[in-house]
Amino acid sequence: MPSSPLTGLVVVVAVLVAATVFGVIRRRRDGRFRRYDMPAAAPGTPAGPPDGSAQPLSGSAAPPDGAAARLDGSSRPADRSRRAFHDQGVWAGLGIDTTGSGTALTLVQFSSAFCAPCRTTRVLCEEIARTTPAVRHVEIDAESHLDAVRALDVRRTPTLFIVDRTGRILRRASGAPDRTGLRGAVAESLAAVTATRTP
Amino acid sequence: MRVDVRAPRFAAWITAVVLAAILITGNGWLALAQLIVFVLGAVSLRHAPYGVLFRRVVAPRLGPPARFEAAEPPRFAQAVGAVFLLIATIGYIAGAPVVGMVATAAALVAAFLNAAFGFCLGCEVYLVLRRTFARDTASGDARA
Repeated sequence: MPSSPLTGLVVVVAVLVAATVFGVIRRRRDGRFRRYDMPAAAPGTPAGPPDGSAQPLSGSAAPPDGAAARLDGSSRPADRSRRAFHDQGVWAGLGIDTTGSGTALTLVQFSSAFCAPCRTTRVLCEEIARTTPAVRHVEIDAESHLDAVRALDVRRTPTLFIVDRTGRILRRASGAPDRTGLRGAVAESLAAVTATRTP
Repeated sequence: MRVDVRAPRFAAWITAVVLAAILITGNGWLALAQLIVFVLGAVSLRHAPYGVLFRRVVAPRLGPPARFEAAEPPRFAQAVGAVFLLIATIGYIAGAPVVGMVATAAALVAAFLNAAFGFCLGCEVYLVLRRTFARDTASGDARA
């Protein structure tokens, strides 16, 4: 029973519209950093980005009193990820020190072979790590660390985590970030960990 | 092997047009032809027909290639397309046009996303497939 050309045309149009919507949404979300929890409040936490030039996160501004807040990025996969590496030592399995005595921030990048955006992300992260002593960069091959991939709910590469010295995830981005977005996320993360350090 | 990034993008546009034509005409032989095109591209990008068309006809009219990418992701995408078009061809020729349409529509989504957004569907699902079906690996080769 042959189908009519009109049916086929309707299918073509529906497919292209749906794919375009998906493509636009995906392109907007690519490389954008999502916040997990804010660290617990400490006296004198800064109220927000001091010069207003930090990359805005999707949705909300920093809470004015710095209290621990669940923002739109703190969804179930994030909770699972946080619990996973605290309970299972996933970071330790990746060779990342979480005893609290290491570098202030670690950029943990999951990559795979033949992934051009992974290469551009690596270049950006290495540039920041080179110029900022408080930041270092670690690149993980996703395929040879599937246990970490599952524990952290990594679905595509590149996926980039900004992690503090105890292994807590501060930010997460999938898809390659641009330089402005990465610098902004690193600056915000540094401000967050600096504010909560006991002098 | 590395390829000029414009060649797979061009091929994706041609592929999308052909897939749309298959959906509109419901022609199983056109589906078979595209299946053969996908198989050729999966086996060797150098022999992919739309890539050959690009190199012979389009590239000489453009500037020199500026960016290159690895050949493996486009080849993987061709292989995924071949699987869909095998199902589509069988569907159309065996008189099950709905099967043919669904499979062709799926291939059209991937081809169009690749052409219009540079999005490689095969690359995206590869890791998800690996993490779902492969055993845990942890060989501790983090590069600091």
